[in-house]
Amino acid sequence: MASHADHPAHLQHHFVSSEQQFDSAKMGMWLFLITEILLFSGMFVAYTVYRVWYPEMFAGMAELLDWRLGGLNTLVLLASSFTVALGIHYAQVDNKKGLVTNLILTFVFACIFLVVKYFEYSAKIEHGIVLGDGFAPHGVSHGVDYASFDVPMAQQFFSIYYVMTGIHGFHVLVGMGLFAWITVRAIKGEFSSAYYTPVELCGLYWHLVDIIWIFLFPLLYLI
Amino acid sequence: MSVNYLNHDKSIKSWLLSLDHKRIGIMYLVAVALSFLGGGILAILVRTELLAPGQTIMSADAYNQSFTLHAVLMIFAFIIPAVPAVMGNFVLPIQLGAKDVAFPRLNLASFYIYLAGAAIVLSALAVGRIDGGWTFYAPYSMTIGDSILFITAGVFVMGFSSILTGLNFIVTIHKMRAPGLTWNRLPLFIWSIYATSIVQVLATPVIGITMVLLFLERLLGIGIFDPALGGDPVLFQHFFWFYSHPAVYIMILPAFGIISDLMGTFSRQQVSGYKFVALSSVAIAFLGFLVWGHHMFVSGQSAVSSVVFSLITYLIGIPTGVKVINWVQTMHRGSVWLQTPMLYALMFLFTFSIGGFTGVMLGVLAVDVHLHDTYFVVAHFHYVMMGGNVIAALGGLHYWWPKMTGKMFNETLGRIGAALVFIGFNTTFFPQFIMGTQGMPRRYYDYLEQFTNLHVLSTIGSYILAVGLFLIAGYLLHSLFRGRKAPANPWGGLTLEWTHTTTPPHPHNFEETPIVTRGPYDYHLAPELFQKGEGDGFGSEVVSVTPSSTHSD
Amino acid sequence: MGENGIWLPDASSTLAGEVDALFWFVFWVSTIIFAAVVLTKLWFVYTHKRKSQSEVPQPVHESKLLEAVWIVLPTILVLIVFTWGFKVYVKLYQAPPDSYEITVRGKQWVWEYEYAEGVLTAGDLYVPANRPVKLNMSSVDVLHSFFVPAFRVKMDVLPNRYTSVWFEANEPGEYQIYCTEYCGTAHSGMLGKVIALNEEDFQAWIQEQSQDLPPVELGAQVFGVQCAVCHAIDGTQKIGPALNGLFEKERRFTDGSTAIADENYIRNSIVNPASQVVEGFNPVMPPFNTLSAKQVDGLVAYIKTLE
Repeated sequence: MASHADHPAHLQHHFVSSEQQFDSAKMGMWLFLITEILLFSGMFVAYTVYRVWYPEMFAGMAELLDWRLGGLNTLVLLASSFTVALGIHYAQVDNKKGLVTNLILTFVFACIFLVVKYFEYSAKIEHGIVLGDGFAPHGVSHGVDYASFDVPMAQQFFSIYYVMTGIHGFHVLVGMGLFAWITVRAIKGEFSSAYYTPVELCGLYWHLVDIIWIFLFPLLYLI
Repeated sequence: MSVNYLNHDKSIKSWLLSLDHKRIGIMYLVAVALSFLGGGILAILVRTELLAPGQTIMSADAYNQSFTLHAVLMIFAFIIPAVPAVMGNFVLPIQLGAKDVAFPRLNLASFYIYLAGAAIVLSALAVGRIDGGWTFYAPYSMTIGDSILFITAGVFVMGFSSILTGLNFIVTIHKMRAPGLTWNRLPLFIWSIYATSIVQVLATPVIGITMVLLFLERLLGIGIFDPALGGDPVLFQHFFWFYSHPAVYIMILPAFGIISDLMGTFSRQQVSGYKFVALSSVAIAFLGFLVWGHHMFVSGQSAVSSVVFSLITYLIGIPTGVKVINWVQTMHRGSVWLQTPMLYALMFLFTFSIGGFTGVMLGVLAVDVHLHDTYFVVAHFHYVMMGGNVIAALGGLHYWWPKMTGKMFNETLGRIGAALVFIGFNTTFFPQFIMGTQGMPRRYYDYLEQFTNLHVLSTIGSYILAVGLFLIAGYLLHSLFRGRKAPANPWGGLTLEWTHTTTPPHPHNFEETPIVTRGPYDYHLAPELFQKGEGDGFGSEVVSVTPSSTHSD
Repeated sequence: MGENGIWLPDASSTLAGEVDALFWFVFWVSTIIFAAVVLTKLWFVYTHKRKSQSEVPQPVHESKLLEAVWIVLPTILVLIVFTWGFKVYVKLYQAPPDSYEITVRGKQWVWEYEYAEGVLTAGDLYVPANRPVKLNMSSVDVLHSFFVPAFRVKMDVLPNRYTSVWFEANEPGEYQIYCTEYCGTAHSGMLGKVIALNEEDFQAWIQEQSQDLPPVELGAQVFGVQCAVCHAIDGTQKIGPALNGLFEKERRFTDGSTAIADENYIRNSIVNPASQVVEGFNPVMPPFNTLSAKQVDGLVAYIKTLE
């Protein structure tokens, strides 16, 4: 067992080595991501069930979702996943500047994602496409007659759309908090090639947020 | 007195903010015991109302709320956290030879998340009715008022606690085992907590999202489950049981672990079919995800699904049955010591077997059509949950009580308590099987004259059971103040919590990291441990055993 | 006590006997295995009781053959039980094509029945004996479940789709109906009887129902099955207020307002009960808008006569 003299500051007392601590944290994160996937899979099941029951209706509703905005957001998230991976790489090679730059970039991409989402939501809410009771499509814009979407089960489609993208958006928000936090720590110089666990864990989380969007985008916008 | 986890710092703050898995386990014990007390009082009220047909002590609405709150408290606040969060927390890291769980802060957070969830659920009482049973089937649950918002939110939050506990344990078991503690040398309690944790991590998120949807359904009217809004109530049942059937294994698998350890220690014999018992727990955990539809044979789901679910249900029944046989076999050519914890293990074999066989009956498609939603199901459920989990938990509590508190309880009272629980439990629930086959539906405030005698018998049984449980609580609490000081290894156990640490344990569990050289039940490799004397007084010092022969699996 | 002792009620439908045979097979196999396990357990406890604290038995090597027996034997047994259960289930599921069909509606907290002959009743279900009867069921509010123990049939009743059960009563008689899916305050009062009649008696009953009753009698009949679960007529308060002596009296509501109980008040209380909740009671009564105009008239006439 290591003596206290050679204990690094980040090593908690109940672990034998940094390696054990890092492995544990990483495994814990993977398990957490599995629970996240299962949380979303509940939604995917609801989506699938309703899609199987009302296929034409679902295909018709998807027309109201702008695939260009969704596609833009997909690119934004892919780019952010890339910057996270770069950030971890810079942490591994002790390049603090590279790490901080990439963390900030990731944060900015997340902001862009939410801004685009905001425009998508508000365009719909304006025309009465809301989550739940007040659902009453009306008005015309960009040649789309919203009132024609006031059909049975349309509400179910948009409920599922809002809940899925809403929960995903909430995860993006949490991710922004995480990146703000580790950016501050990175600026303080707390990470090095010997210890960058939080960066790697946030990266894993962010990749998951990204992957879930990769599934949401085609299911909701394209097919 | 040497330094231990109880006396090294006695301030209240050192308890409430403790990162020590042992103290967190004790805090869970207190919280869980209070939930059990609350749920138990409600059960007594429910049984008292059923003493006679018509109104006895409360109105229909009060009755409906009582049985609902009884179930919600017992399931979400008591039985799901009971064994994993109390005994898992206390025992698991020590049995692994670790100083703590992998994420101590997360562990403390789980506890407070659990408390917060329970508080949110209970605050529903201030808002309106808690009605509809613990299943909260849509669309009825949509009609009970805004209290459903609090219930769903509270269950969601408690689910988080359960997920984090399971996650913590899985990582701890994978990464924190002492040198020499291979997977084949893990105590069966660890194996069962491992299987339980898998279910907690995989199933709980689904109830989480279900609760979110139900919450939004009530709050905003999104129409996924409520037919009045275009939703489908059967879909809710699929979602609900996809979690809640695996959740039954969250409740029963830890009991299997306790029983295995008790059978080994008190028979001083290797647990028969160790590998089978260990791996079948994990197999049951996974298969448990594929049988939820057997709760829905008469729900309106397709006949084909019912047939498939019925078949898979039997696949689970068989390994469970083989486990019971393995436990009985363990006593064969063993050296059986009938102390209180062992009495509970033997009681478990009796009551759990009845629960299992009646489960097989309910899995038979045509028979289930008749028995579904009757008292037969109520009795089966209680034979598995109480006759399985609670009786095993009582055995485990008596087994580890000396280790947790440093005090021995009164053995005579322990036996009387066990007898009262056994008699009270069977008197309460066996008549319910009979009522169920005769057609008495569950969740009934009122009933036909023909069921009166059986209901009276059942109620009398519940009083006996309550007396037994209060007796147990009484002598356990009494032992804290007046109990004899417990030796390090009162039962002659061979797992690390008995052989390598003091009673109560050192704040960091071990003075030095133990090295494991034999299996958890290789009593024949440690005969010197048992040479010290008669009765439950041997080994009052820390015993380190280094057997001469090497261990083979 | 009937043919099944303390366990099942008498088998009163053509399929009930088949379900019972299966039940008894599982029952006895389980009891025998259970008894064997418990006796073995007690035998081991007795014969292997610890004699001295230093006793350490040698490990036992398990017989692989025995292990195999534990696994194979139960597997065979459960496969038998599964196949058998499946076969009977299919019969319970598929109504014969020539069944007499009745539409059933579940509603908080009464069962309503609609016959092909145009007859509308509630509470007790009149059926012909010795002839397959199929019930097409739906709910107007929450989930219910239709259960007749004597026939061993049960099926959930849903608001958004039709489900069905069928049975053939072996002989004329009265058989209990329960609701077995929790449906609110008076769930345990949602009862009724299946009244199986000979073919001639049944036809006579249908004829009689088709004839016009005087309004008060019709109202009394509707009241008995639809309202009596929650409303007494002898002054006692049940889930709802007692209805005797109500006519032309002042009623006070939960919002503090009052009204005189005239015909319109009674009618409104039936079709839109939430609009006027009498002080001291919960707003739990569902609107009874499936009643025909004639039935509502009858109820009003009947309630006026109550003193």
